Formats: sequence, C-alpha cells, structure tokens
Amino acid sequence: MTTDGNRDASQKRQKAMISDHFAKLSRAKEDGKKVVYTFVPGNLTELLSAFDVLPVLPEINALQSGMRGRSGKYIAEAEKSGHSEDVCTYVKCDLGMLKSGNIGPTGEKLPPPDLLLLSYTGCFTFMKWFELLREEYQCPVVMLQVPYQAEGEITPEMRKYVVDQLRNEVIPALERLTGTKYDEDKLREKMKLSARAEDDLVAVWESARHKPSPVDGYFGGVYYTGPIFSSFRGSQDAVEYYRELREEVEARIARGEGPTTPDGPLGNERYRLVVEGPPNWTNFFDFWRMFSREGAVVVASTYTRVGGLYDRGFRHSPDNPLESLADYCLGCYTNLSLPKRLDLLEHYVKEYSADGFLINSVKSCNSFSVGQLLMLRELEKRTGVPGGFIESDLVDPRYFGKANIENRVQSYLQMLAARMQRRAS
Amino acid sequence: MKCVVGIDLGSTTTKAVLLDEDGRPISRGITNSRSNYGVACAAALDEARTAARFSFLERGVTLPAARAELPRLLDGFRLALYLAELAALRETILHELDRNLTRRVQKSVLAPAVESILADAVRAAPELFIDSKARKSEFFRDLAGAAFVASAERLAREGGVPFEPLVALYDRAILEVETRVRPRDEGALLHDALARSSVAPDVRAHLGDAIARAINEPLEEIAFTGTGYGRQTLPFPKSAIRSEILCHGRGAHRQFPGTRTVLDVGGQDTKGIQVDQHGVVTSFQMNDRCAAGCGRYLGYIADELGIGLHELGPLALQASRVVQVNSTCTVFAGAELRERLSLGQKREDILAGLHRGIMLRAMSILARSGGVFNEFTFTGGVCRNGMAVKLIRELVAESYGPDITVNIDTDSIFMGALGAALYALDDLRAGSPHLLPSFNAVENLPPGDLVPMTAPACASCA
Repeated sequence: MTTDGNRDASQKRQKAMISDHFAKLSRAKEDGKKVVYTFVPGNLTELLSAFDVLPVLPEINALQSGMRGRSGKYIAEAEKSGHSEDVCTYVKCDLGMLKSGNIGPTGEKLPPPDLLLLSYTGCFTFMKWFELLREEYQCPVVMLQVPYQAEGEITPEMRKYVVDQLRNEVIPALERLTGTKYDEDKLREKMKLSARAEDDLVAVWESARHKPSPVDGYFGGVYYTGPIFSSFRGSQDAVEYYRELREEVEARIARGEGPTTPDGPLGNERYRLVVEGPPNWTNFFDFWRMFSREGAVVVASTYTRVGGLYDRGFRHSPDNPLESLADYCLGCYTNLSLPKRLDLLEHYVKEYSADGFLINSVKSCNSFSVGQLLMLRELEKRTGVPGGFIESDLVDPRYFGKANIENRVQSYLQMLAARMQRRAS
Repeated sequence: MKCVVGIDLGSTTTKAVLLDEDGRPISRGITNSRSNYGVACAAALDEARTAARFSFLERGVTLPAARAELPRLLDGFRLALYLAELAALRETILHELDRNLTRRVQKSVLAPAVESILADAVRAAPELFIDSKARKSEFFRDLAGAAFVASAERLAREGGVPFEPLVALYDRAILEVETRVRPRDEGALLHDALARSSVAPDVRAHLGDAIARAINEPLEEIAFTGTGYGRQTLPFPKSAIRSEILCHGRGAHRQFPGTRTVLDVGGQDTKGIQVDQHGVVTSFQMNDRCAAGCGRYLGYIADELGIGLHELGPLALQASRVVQVNSTCTVFAGAELRERLSLGQKREDILAGLHRGIMLRAMSILARSGGVFNEFTFTGGVCRNGMAVKLIRELVAESYGPDITVNIDTDSIFMGALGAALYALDDLRAGSPHLLPSFNAVENLPPGDLVPMTAPACASCA
C-alpha cells in the first residue's frame, strides 16, 4: 500500500477522489463555494453536501501531516506559540499547519473556513480546538451538542434533542451561510447513496471472519474507512469506491489470499487480533510492519468504528433523514459508554475468532484512553483471550519509541505463540 | 556433554546459561555489557564455558587434599586472566599515548605515570583474588578502573602528574580493551596456576589429571536462544530470539514453580509479568519512555554519592527514618539528594526514601500488569539490593496481604538467560534448534550467519 505498483485499484481510485477534493478546496473561493471545517465523529457530511458546501476535516489533515513527516515541525510551531506539551497533538499539528501557511496534504493551500461546525461534543478538546480556530479566522461557530450515551443507549429524548438542534441551529446556520433553503429531498438522495456504500463497507469489514482474513481491519482498515469517514459519504464516488473494494476483497477470498500489506500480500496468517485505539501516524508503516512481518492480522478494530457502527446495524436512512443523522452522531464509537465499548470488543474477539487483543493507548487523547487498562482486564476475563498494551501517540513523533514498541509487540506476539503452542500440545 | 545455551544481553550486564539435554544447569557466566554487543555475548559465554570446565574439574577431583586446593587454583586462574587483561590495557594505553596525546601533554610525563599505575595494579592484584570477598565487582573494568583511579589520584597529589589526562587515557583504552575478545586457554591457565601452587606431589598429579580430563571433556553447544534489551540490534539471528519478557517469566517459574507473578527490575526496564502454571506469560507491563526507578537510577545515585552500587542497599538499610523523595525523574532525584544532604538530612535516610520511590514505581507497574498473585518472584539485578528486597516484601504485604510468598533467588540476575536456555531446549526437542552464532568481533550479525561452535582447545592437554 505504499507504492503505486502495490496499490489495489480501489486505493488508486481513493487517491484520485482525495486529490479532486483538495483541488476543489483550493479553488473554493474562485468557484464561489463555501467551506465548513468539521470533525470526523458524528460528521454531517450528507447535510453539508446537500447545501453544496465543502468540508475540511482538521483531524484528517493532522494525521496526513503525521504520515508525511511534517507533524513534528507543526507541533513545535504550536508549542512556540504557547501550547503545552500536554495538549492533544492533533490540535497542535493543525494549528502549526495553519501558522505555516495552511498547506494541505496534496501541497495545495486550504481555504479558510466560512463556518466552524462542531457536530460532536463528546470530545471536550474539539470545543477548545474550534475556539482557537474561531480566534484565528474570526468566523461563526455552530455547535451541535451530542449527549453522551451514559446509560448505554440512545433514548427518544436524546434523539429529539439532537434533531431539534439540527432543525433550529445547524440548518438555519447553513441556510444563512449559503443563502439557499434546506432541501430535505436532496438530503434523502444523499442518504440513499450513503446506505449503499455502507452496505458494501460492512461486507468488507465482515470478510475478516474468513480464515485467512482477506483484509487488515486496522492498518488496512484506515484506508477502507477513509472515504466514509470524511468528505465522500453520500456521493456516487463513494458508492463506486466501496463496490470496487468489496469486489477486490471477494476476489481475495476466492483466491484464499490474505490482506495487502506494505510489503505486498500477506502470505501466512499466524495471529488474528482485535485492536482498540487509534494507530500511530508518524511511523504508520513501521508500526504496521511490526505486525504484518510476524503474520499478525487485525481482524477488527474499534478505531475504524469512530466514524460509525455500521456493522451493528446502523444505516443512514432516507426515510427519516434528520433522526438518522441524530442517531449517527449519538452512536459513533467515541460516544459509547465504557461498558458498551467493552461489549463491542468482546463481540469482535468472539465473532472474529481472535487470538488476542491489543490496546494502543495514545498520549494525546485522554477521553479515548481513559479506562483502557480496566477494559483490558475485563476483556481477558470475559473472553479468556490475552490482552496486550502499548503506548504511543497520534502525530507527535517524540512519543513513538520504535525499539520499545517493537519490543512490546514482539513480546506480545511471542506470548500468543507460546500459549497457542501450549494449547496445541 | 551436549548442552543448550541461553544468552540475555541486558543494558548493564550480559548473562549466559548452559543447560544439559535434560534441562539440568551446567554453568552460567556474566559480564558487563558494552558497546559491542557481540563481544559482550562472547565474553559472557566464555565465562559460562569456563564455569562449566570448573564444574567438570570439581566433579573429577576426589582426593580431599586436592579438593581443598581447588579454590586457590580457581583464584589463580582468575588472577591470571586479570593480569592478561591488565597487560592488554597497558599496551592499549601506551599505543593511545603514541597516537593522540603527544602534542597536548608530554608523553615523557604520562608514560612513566601509566607504567607506575599499572605496576601498582599488578602488585595489588593477588590480594584481590586471594580472598574473593575483597573484590567489589566481578568485572575487569570496575576492578582495573578503581585501581587506576586510586593510583592516578595519588600520583597527582604527590608527584604533580595531571590527573584528568590520565583518567581520559583509561576511559578511552578500556573501551577498546573491552571490545576485543581474547582467546582463553583454560587448560593452560589452570596448569600454570597449578605450577605456581605449593602442593604435595600426589595432590599435584591428581589435580593435573583432573584438569586434563575437565578440559578434554567435550562440551557441544547444540541449541541456542538469545534475548535481551534493545532487541532490534541483538547480535543473534532473528529466528533465535525470544522476548525477554517470555524468558524472565519462564526462568523465574523454573526456579520457583509456584510462581504466578514476576517482578524483574533490570538496568533500564521494570517488568511486571504474570505467568500460568506452565510458566507461559499471560500478561505483562513494562516501563515506557522513562527508566526512572530502574537499576540505572541506583547507579546514578551511587555515582552522585561517590560510592559503589553494591554499597547502596546496606547503607539504606541503616536508615532510622525514610525521607520522602518526591522526584520521580532520575536527574531531579539526584538534585533532591544533594539538596537534602545540604539541609543536613542523613545519607542513609535519604537513600531509604529513594529506594522506596523506585519500589513504589515497580508496584505501580505490577498493578498495571494485573496485580500480585501467589507466589511472587522478584528477579533482576536490583534484587541483589537488600533494601529493595526489604521494601518489596513490605509493599507486597501491604497491598496484597501477608500470605503472598515472596521468592528471591540469589542467582535471579540469570533468570532471563535461564528462560532463554529453556526455550532453546524446547526448540531442540521440537527438532528445530538454532545454532549458536559467532560473536567474535561481530557488531551486528547478519541473519543466517551461523557457525558451529567448538569447545576451546587446550594446548597443554591436547
């Protein structure tokens, strides 16, 4: 997945989609398009595209900067302007990028926002992030307050609370921004396309039940979720991307092939893992190879569900679009209670016949990392499958100690091997 | 005899363990780790091979008078090795003087000083080996370094010879001396030691025969596993490497089969490990990003106080109260130590506080690994420190109840190498043993570069 020769056709398509999107962003002002900055969890992509505005996702820009080796410089830039070492590195990376000319991952300049749409409040840092951007850009902010699933379920009151905000806050703000009236039929059309792509994505995720798994549901998974997490959900492009991806995966199953890795197709599946926590982006391929070179495949991950739990039944629905968008915001992985996250992990470990599960705890994200050791112990109890724990960060290269992390990953995999051997004998 | 080998390349020391084909221990060896990992492994392995020869010798000596002579014979052997290393050190320093220092400081001043210092060291050497308790370390660099610095200080005080350039010479030379593996002819060295001893003719003949038998006994290393810190650059083929976590867990379980929780505090790692009834690891945690609270922390504190690492524990045990030390960072703890000393607090009381600080960090890692289950085994270099042991016993009892059995093996520093040797034995029994790589002067061994090992030949016995 690193070189063009190694890329699947779907990946090339995705790359072209991304290039096209950033080209549109760079021309936004001359094309008279409005630009909205927003976040991945609980994003309202269909609503934005129904108003024909272009989204920019600062987290995605930060992770792209991490993968392109630029985040260290950007973080230093943000720290120079007073942000503490303890602040989320996505935030600092984004602010540093802004201070360094706001050049996006394709080398084109990103346009400033016309509106900041905070569509998920489960992460307190998001609010602070947009307060900082508001200071920089002097543009309006609209906030959608999303109640946390403290009791582990979405109640009708919670749904109504979010729908009311969509009707009374978000939609009017978009109407003011674009000067166009809200068109629910247009939104329904987008939702129809979303659901179609979501069906195919679920088929791709669930293909990992096969042995060997034809996909890596974490490292490969971040590519698979790219379009649906970001600006493309509800588009014909996304529908075609997911159809093509599904066909590729089905062909791999038919051939009995493993997933694509940075070193080509994985030949020998030795370990099946479930992973909790985001990957490290600064050393993404080093990190991936620590697994793929040992024959370890991630069959399911929770990070790839941050943008929606489609495999647990959720679909964007054209029949009741605003309620469905509300459920989407309320139901993303980061909004689940700790017991619900545990239930989901337990489900993945059992349903995907995992040999182990691993937590990559990131320094940047307290709200994601809190309770992970507790989750580890509880999951071990519930599943009898051993857990592993490593620590790194999202985009701060100072927090990726390759030797230390590799030491832990190898120790963990060897521990699994020793247990498997013991069981076999 | 056929044997399997486990090597644990740690950040401070490198250990080797030899087991026979039934898994019974034959011998073990230890050396200080150094910049050339291959040489560190070769040196530890040489120590283990020598120890194996000694054990064969001990087994073959039956005459009581000859048995009584054995300790002196072995001391003589160690002394001869030490003197050979001192000669290499002298040669290296003189070469270094020729090469680098002539322009800055008169060689005519330094060369005689070096000769005088090393002559002192040679004269003082027998004392170090007559009563092994007089040796404060097993390692050449520590023994020679202490002798060198003491003599250099005296020369500087009495003769006006500049101290700093002398010590700089030693510091450079010891690195070079340590990265060379010198062939060790155990038979010749033992025969020489015997020749220097004054024993009755029948005893001499009996010992001579026993030495020849011990040296000629075949010792064939047929399987190998390596482990250790910094495993990306270990001088072992990748397939022959096992995680140190697995090895420490396995080694501790072998020594104490009731073990369920292991705490290993090494030079820069603290590991909390849970094992099952077979010694297979089920869970682990180790320090990440920060090595405060590990063995090196104690080394730093010892340096700050100008005392030996081995003196820290006994001193801390004399404390009448435990001073609370708040700094978790090694460097800050050093600063806090100086500050508290300047405030008039007692050295032993502050040391007790520092020890408590590191053991509390170890307890936190244990908690993260799942807690402490009966039986609990404490391993690693730090468990040689009496204060650390006392504290861990107290803290485990406080947190997990008084019924937890705490195991501490006097040889617990070898647990990683022992575990590695047990994995080598597993591989042998599974029909897929890894051969021992050649460590001589190898910085980073390319995978697959395997050579068969033979026992060192003895010229006198051949």
